[in-house]
Parts: sequence; C-alpha cells; structure tokens
Amino acid sequence: MSGEYKYGFVTELETEDVPKGLNEDIIRLISSKKNEPEWMLEQRLKAFRYWQTLEEPHWAMVDYPKIDFQDLRYFSAPKKLPDNPKNLDELDPELLKTFERLGIPLQEQKRISGIAVDVVFDSVSIGQTHTETLEKAGVIFCSISEALHKHPDLVKKYFGSVVPLTDNYYAALNAAVFTDGSFVYVPKGVRCPIDLSTYFRINAQETGQFERTLIVADEGSFVNYLEGCTAPQRDENQLHAAVVELVSLENAEIKYSTVQNWYTGDKNGKGGIYNFVTKRGKCAGKKSKISWTQVESGSAITWKYPSVILQGEASEGAFYSVALTHDYMQADTGTKMIHIGKNTKSTIISKGISADHSVNSYRGQVKILPSAENARNYSQCDSMLVGSNSRANTFPYIEVKNKTAILEHEASTSRISEDQIFYLQSRGLDIESAISMLVNGFCKEVFKELPLEFSVEAVKLIEMKLENSVG
Amino acid sequence: MNLLEIKNLTANIEDKQVLKGINLTIKPGEVHAIMGPNGSGKSTLSKVIAGHPAYAVTGGEVLYDINFQMKNLLDLETDERAKEGVFLAMQYPIEVPGVSNFKFLQTSLNSILRHQGSTEMEDPEFRVFLKEKMKIVQMREDFLDRAVNVGFSGGEKKRNEILQMAVLSPRLAILDETDSGLDIDALRIVADGVNKLRNKNNAILLITHYQRLLDYIKPDYVHVLANGQIIETGDASLALKLEERGYDWLVQ
Repeated sequence: MSGEYKYGFVTELETEDVPKGLNEDIIRLISSKKNEPEWMLEQRLKAFRYWQTLEEPHWAMVDYPKIDFQDLRYFSAPKKLPDNPKNLDELDPELLKTFERLGIPLQEQKRISGIAVDVVFDSVSIGQTHTETLEKAGVIFCSISEALHKHPDLVKKYFGSVVPLTDNYYAALNAAVFTDGSFVYVPKGVRCPIDLSTYFRINAQETGQFERTLIVADEGSFVNYLEGCTAPQRDENQLHAAVVELVSLENAEIKYSTVQNWYTGDKNGKGGIYNFVTKRGKCAGKKSKISWTQVESGSAITWKYPSVILQGEASEGAFYSVALTHDYMQADTGTKMIHIGKNTKSTIISKGISADHSVNSYRGQVKILPSAENARNYSQCDSMLVGSNSRANTFPYIEVKNKTAILEHEASTSRISEDQIFYLQSRGLDIESAISMLVNGFCKEVFKELPLEFSVEAVKLIEMKLENSVG
Repeated sequence: MNLLEIKNLTANIEDKQVLKGINLTIKPGEVHAIMGPNGSGKSTLSKVIAGHPAYAVTGGEVLYDINFQMKNLLDLETDERAKEGVFLAMQYPIEVPGVSNFKFLQTSLNSILRHQGSTEMEDPEFRVFLKEKMKIVQMREDFLDRAVNVGFSGGEKKRNEILQMAVLSPRLAILDETDSGLDIDALRIVADGVNKLRNKNNAILLITHYQRLLDYIKPDYVHVLANGQIIETGDASLALKLEERGYDWLVQ
C-alpha cells in the first residue's frame, strides 16, 4: 500500500537548519531567527521549563519506542526564501514545483479554485494566496510569525487562551519550539468571502514539525477553514506535534475541516509520522458555534482529540470524524465536549474503519458542569472492521454534574463482508465502486459535513487506501 | 441458440465438494425450476453461476450467450457477469447502511448501461423510469429514500430483489428461494412481478423448496438436485409429484 502514497517524494532544497537537540539555547535561536518579541520568548522558555518536569503520557492505546527529543531538529527552512516574499514568484522554483506536484498550484494565474491557501513547508510558512480579496473584507490571514509583528495585540490576547502552555506534554513542547503556522482573524459581522486553507508539508529529514494555528472569529462572523497535510516516505519516524486554537465569539461560527494524509509507514509498519496534536476550540460567546470535521487517513500513530469548550450560553460544538487505519497504523482519536454555559449543545459522530493489522480507538469525553443547565449531547460512534486482524475500541467517558442534562449515546461495530461486496458486484458494480459505496454509506454523516472538494478528495483517498485490504 | 449451457460443473466450498457434475441447458424464454432436499447444492449452484468468491470451481464450464457466442462465464468477474445480464435474486438480501435504494438502483443500472454503451440515466429521468418499475412489485415511493434492505421486513427485502430485477432487465434471472419466508399475499405480489418480467428473450431459473411458488410461476422444466447432481428432469407435473411423494423415491 505504501507504493500508492503519491506524496512520498522528497524535494531537494538547500535548507537552513538549527543543530539537533533541545535546550534553552535552541529555543532562543528559533525565537531570534523569527525576530520575535520578548514576551513570546519568555512564553517559550516557560513552556519548555514546564515540559521538562512532565512525563510522556502513556494512557492512549498506542505503542511506540521512546522518542529521543535530543535527536530531533527543531527548525528547518528553505534557504532561498526571501524575508518577506511579496510575490509567490520570488520563491524557489523547486518549492513551486513541489506544491504543483501536490496538486496545490500557488501561482496566481494557475489558481482557479476560490480558496485562499497558506503553505507551511517544514518549519516556515512560505506564502499565502488570495491576499487581496481577504484584505478587502478585512480578514487577516497570514503566518503566525507575521501576525506577531503586524498584529501583536491580537496574538497576545488569544495565543494560549484555549490551549494553555501547560495543557499537556505535547502542547507544552509545541509552545516551546513551535516554528510557524497560520493566523486568522475575521472581524465583527464579516462572513469570510472565501474558504481559508493551510497546507502542511514535512520535507526535511530528522526534523519535527511543530506548527501553531490560531483562528479568531469575532462577533457575528463566519469562517470555513480547511487543513491538509503530506510528508515524504522515510524509513524513520517523524514527529508532528501541532496545536490549533479556535476562538468563536458571540454569534460567530468556525468550521474547521482536516484531511490528514501524513505518511503512514510502509506495509510492515516501518517509518511514518507520529501525529500528536492538540486541537481545541472555545465557544466563548453566546450562540457561538464551532465544528471540527476530520478525515484521518494517514500517520503511523495518531493521538488527537479536537475538542470544544462550550462556555457561551446556547453555544454549539460538533465533532465529525472518519478515522481510517490500515497496515500497522495506530489511531487513538476522539473529542472532548465541555459544557459550561446554559443550553449548550454538542454532537459527536465518529466513524472508525480499521483494516489489516491496525488498531483504531475512539476516545471521547462529554463533561456537563454544574453551571450547564439544559445541556444536550448526542454521540454516535461506529466502527467498521475490514479483514480479521484489525482492532477497534471505543472509550466513551461521560461526566454529568447537572441533572437537567440530556445525553444520548449510540455505538455499533460492523464488518465489510465478502457477502456485501458480492451483493454489490452482482448488481454490476466493480470492486472499486462497491467498496466506495459501502464506505461512503458508512461515513455519509461525516462526509456531508465536508466542503464539496474536500469530500470528493476524502472519498477517493479512503477508497484508494482500502482497495488492497478488502477481498 | 441456447442461453446457458452448464457442463459437468463441479465446485467446492472450503474442502467440501458440493457440486458433483451439473449439466443443465436453458434457452431464452424458458422457466426452469430446481428443487431438492436441503444441502443438495441448489444455492451453491446459483452462487457459482453469479460468481460468489467463497466457492471454488474445480471442473466443468458454464457457457453463456454473449453477443451470439457461447463464452465461459467462469472467466468473468461477478460484476462483468451482471453487466452481461446475469442476475441473482438472493435468498438473504444484504443490508447496505447509508446508501439509499434510489442511489443503489441508479448506480447499478448506470454501470450496466455504460457497459452496453447506452446513455446513463440522470436523477429525474431515472425517477420516472423507476416509478413504473415499482408498480410491478407494489412498492411505495418512500421506500426509495431508505437505506438498502436496512430495517426491511422479509417480504420487503424479497420485493426489493424483484424490483432490482425489473430495473436491470437481466437475460438470465436466478431466483434463489425468493418464496421463502413470504406470506401468501407477499408471495403473490412477488410471483406476479416475476410473471410480468417474463418474456421470450429472457430465462428464469427458480430455486425453491416448495411446489407452492410453481402454482404462480409456471415452469417449463423441473429439475431435482440431490447430492450435487441433477437426478431427475421433468415438466411441471414433476413438482406436484414431489409435493406428494417427497424426494425419497428419487434419492436412494
């Protein structure tokens, strides 16, 4: 199956790296390379010192050798990058070619889709598209490094407000060494005129990627945000530890969609990305909304729980997830819905598909605090097994501290059977269409939440990955 | 010209031989019934013709008329057989969660139309076409939005199989115990539907335990399958005789 990973190539580029290892000097070096304000460096050091006191967590259903954090490189950037590329044509042609191979043409004349893209290559953001359209609407969409200089007050106000530096092991590590990522601010009452998207690419060897995304939707605004990612095929494991924070103010809505397709490792489980990610949104204002939609189809190991803190009255959180594991992949993913405000509502729909020798676990928490009068939650967790060597687990945690809460939970486990495929084939569908129909049916409630072009991509991705596992 | 010629067909499931040399010839326009005791190989025969992967063919051939040439069906994938007009109404129709009946029927028909080089049917056109077909098995329209066979009663599942047959217009329709589990009203609707779909160009192979179905669908031939072989062939009266006397007088 690894042979089918068409994003597994490496771009030959001259890079500017920091030496391997993790210590305060490295952190100072990263901060100075990015010319950061003093407060940010202090935050980094605080996070680093805290991180050093922590133990790596082992509660997830994933198994991997101990990571040597001193053997990683924490910063790598393409050398020929101008300081402030005003124009994408100033970029190294090799980089432009890379993104064309990935199906993301960056040059203005080649762009047809109405999506603004920020691309993060290893440790740095290399440029955005559609900047004019966004400027007209007053939407800020830039790299977080740029935002630190141009919009320091906004960044300072919201950075770490949802995922504190001390949140967990990987979030603390990220806060210490994060290199870049996207920043979005949608002003009051603005409906972002186009979808925003960040594309993450790990290229360099022995380098971790630690990006940081911060999205703030001010009162009454709306934004649709898409995230995609790929990495070369390498024999050693690579670490990706990102943090994403969303803030939705009164009557605002953020829809965040991910199609995660990091390299999974080969057929025998060699190589692949460790994807240890903290994603959390805060519905801070009244009637605010946040939804996470994810298609997790890559990475050797995934450890990820996009969550929503429902603080504002009548705010709504949703989590729609399809997680596919195959070969020797391990995924432990789910969500947390923390109900604080009155009349808050959350929806969880999780679809896990496990094939070959993989392990796929759903882990979710619904927490209703005493202040959350009339909270509602609906959870549905379905697992589909393909073949007889894969495993699926469901770990739902429910904590209710207010008697007016109403919670519903449904769960199921099914199997794609030879008989199902035979049935569809005997009606004239070839094997690919048959699998596609079965998987689509299984994931329907999640796919319909994705923007159209993403949903087409997601369906294709999952079909391709399952082809070898069925039958 | 024959539509189907089965010659010395032998097949195993796992290591057990189930079909032990089947010979059967079917012409267009004919209705054949295969009867026989439990475990005689009736369902196996139907699944081998349709191409179920759990059965291994160990010998013989299944020749079938494709563009006026007898081709070995065993060389074709299951979906290729379906595209050439082979249809199996299953004894236990499978559930397909999340996929609407409408979408399923449309995808099936269009993959067959595409194979034939005909124009595929878009939603509105297909809906009109489907409405007519649904009358044949007295299906209500709300049924189209439901997921394939999910939460269907036994009778609805069987009617759904016949609806698929009506939509796909196969040249060879194999009905595997379509009558089992049906009450008398549902049996009449299903049998009625099959009779309406009968014509001089297609053939029907009925697999059944009971003579009852044959009161409604009159066969031209009745075969008795026992222990993996066809041991007796006759006309419709053979079924009556079996009803009266059982299989013991044939199986010694």
